Amino acid sequence: MTDNSPTAAAAHRPSLDAAAHVRRRYAAERRFKAIGLGAIFLALGFLAILLWTIVSNGLSAFMQTYIRVDVRFDAESVAGEDYQGAIKSALYARFPAVESRGERRELAALLSSGADTALRRMLTADPSLVGTTKPVWLVASDDVDMAIKGHISRQPGASGNRLTDRQLGWLGELEAAGTVEKRFNTILLSSGDSREPELAGLWGAVVGSVFSLVITLIVSFPLGVATAVYLEEFAPKNRWTALIEVNINNLAAVPSVVFGLLGLAIFLNFLGMPRSAPLVGGLVLALICLPTIIIAGRAALKAVPPSIREAALGLGASRLQVVNDHVLPLAMPGIMTGTILGMAHALGETAPLLMIGMVAFIVDIPASPLDPSAVLPVQVYLWADSPERAFVERTSAAIMALLLFLGAMNLAAILLRKKFERRW
Amino acid sequence: MSKKLAVAAAALATVAFAGAAQARDQIRIVGSSTVYPFTTAVAEQFGKTGKFKTPVVESTGTGGGFKLFCAGIGPDHPDLTNASRAIKKSEVETCGKNGVADIVEMKVGYDGIVLAASKKAKHMDVTRAQLFLALAKEVPQGGKLVPNPYTAWNQIDPKLPAQKIEVLGPPPTSGTRDAFIELVMEVAAESFPELKDLKKTDEKAFKKAYASIREDGGYVEAGENDNLIVQKLDANPNAFGIFGYSFLDQNADKLQGSMVDGVAPTFDAIAAGKYPVSRPLFVYAKKAHVGQIPGIKEYLAEYTSEKAWGKTGYLADKGLIPMPDAERKEWAARVNGLEALKMQ
Repeated sequence: MTDNSPTAAAAHRPSLDAAAHVRRRYAAERRFKAIGLGAIFLALGFLAILLWTIVSNGLSAFMQTYIRVDVRFDAESVAGEDYQGAIKSALYARFPAVESRGERRELAALLSSGADTALRRMLTADPSLVGTTKPVWLVASDDVDMAIKGHISRQPGASGNRLTDRQLGWLGELEAAGTVEKRFNTILLSSGDSREPELAGLWGAVVGSVFSLVITLIVSFPLGVATAVYLEEFAPKNRWTALIEVNINNLAAVPSVVFGLLGLAIFLNFLGMPRSAPLVGGLVLALICLPTIIIAGRAALKAVPPSIREAALGLGASRLQVVNDHVLPLAMPGIMTGTILGMAHALGETAPLLMIGMVAFIVDIPASPLDPSAVLPVQVYLWADSPERAFVERTSAAIMALLLFLGAMNLAAILLRKKFERRW
Repeated sequence: MSKKLAVAAAALATVAFAGAAQARDQIRIVGSSTVYPFTTAVAEQFGKTGKFKTPVVESTGTGGGFKLFCAGIGPDHPDLTNASRAIKKSEVETCGKNGVADIVEMKVGYDGIVLAASKKAKHMDVTRAQLFLALAKEVPQGGKLVPNPYTAWNQIDPKLPAQKIEVLGPPPTSGTRDAFIELVMEVAAESFPELKDLKKTDEKAFKKAYASIREDGGYVEAGENDNLIVQKLDANPNAFGIFGYSFLDQNADKLQGSMVDGVAPTFDAIAAGKYPVSRPLFVYAKKAHVGQIPGIKEYLAEYTSEKAWGKTGYLADKGLIPMPDAERKEWAARVNGLEALKMQ
């Protein structure tokens, strides 16, 4: 191959040809850059569309319609805890012309069936209210809320109306009097799940997610780091460690529902742990996280320059001292990034949780990791499946909460990395 | 190795929390996602009274629910299960084998399965036989079964609209699909003489004939999420969707229900038993758990109260079709007396 020698090539190709060749190479580079940029813009575009749909659908869920009614706290209904009765009499007093039973039912349906909790709270805070009449803002029913927000028709007589013409008339009258108002939806952020959209909240799911992730972190971080350190720094390189390595890599690709089945078999059936508990959810999610943490941890350990190990060993440090005092601190930012990525993955899982009973309707806010609880993605899934129209916007709101949670975790990862990162 | 460590950690955790699983003061319910909206509504009301904790309701599907329900007696096993069909003999046997002897059956009410389309579409009035011809994988023609040749509704009957057959419906894993096959396809199949003969000679082949839905694009499996079907119908006026009545009820401003055998899917028609595609919904309870887990009897009493499952009760607001008055009374007496189920 004498042709390949530089002199032969130069003799073979005239300089004009070389210039064209250079131009072609530059053109190829420009094309590649353009394609890369195009891919990034495409991805950003899709992200923007996704966020836009979620936010535009979900934003209205953060407001909730309230109706002001003058409620009389008469001693009788307070003693009998019949706050619903007090609300109904207040409504009937507001519209004295409404007399028949059917009409009154329709009138009462303007307010949520859970509107009485507000009265109960007011009375516990201030028992001296008994016997007085006070204007109270009460939660409107989901249909009224949807109508005020313009999600369902308010045209009287239109077919398929959720609200009757009479209800629309009353609503118009209340609105004209300035007693209908959209307020910030504190219920959505502070209460547990409910079958009434206007009473449904995310707090139970948020607490469940926090419990699960704390358990996941406590279990998977030490285990994952220990495994990574052992395999990378201490383990002999033989067939067994190779086998373990292959298996860990494979575990990272196992569908998560399989881990759910494993959790069902071991934690619930064999160890007899409670169903639907964040403790079990956290343990299952820890299994899902482990391979990610181990793989990221090993990569971070590998990235520590060998000169640091050699210098420490040369100064007489033991291998454990080398790892503990030098290699691990330097690898920590990478390990933490891997951990947060694994946790973010775990945060979005529902499939494995179905197996251990966490896809469930749970009203009470969990007080400990042993109480039954749902998690955020499960709440999204359950709401998305509900027939009530008002759950459509609440589903998007729940997704926004989930994304915020995720964003906070990623921010923590970035901050931790910035704080501990060292360059050489 | 990591797995072993995790198991060891889990074992440690159990030791630490030992006994937590033993005492349970909260009712646990599993089962059908169709009954889930009603059972959860009752659970919430029940919890609001403040005497008992709000029951936990899991949505596992009817079959999965029976599996968990029949696994045994004790606080580790659920107390009630939702079902969108009656319990099968084989399931009762499994229950019995695991010591679940006395089961209390409660019929909750009815659920209609509707064929619906966008309001922008033409109104449709089909018979079950026409639906069979539109959706079956193989249809009887000239004395034998041939692959479904129909691509437009008016090829089946000139009175039907001249538009492509496009039906969005649930996948085979869904209880709604099972019920649709039983209530529409099976009934319709018997109206064709070819298939009727087949039933006499070869029961299995008959079952295969009516239970096989076409896979050439006329029927689109749209997933378990009914809200998704609603959105797709709104966007595509040529398509029809199959789903539960409560979704039609909630989206009546966007969708219209098609008439089946001349009856429109309205609350009154389903309640009166006139609409042909409706099925009963059930809840099953373990008698052995009554008295062990607090509140089961009271929960059943709440479920069977008029303010819950009555004509104007809160379950009707959620889309449940109540039983006629006499039937409700009969079931309420049976359930509150904890009468155990007897299989023939």
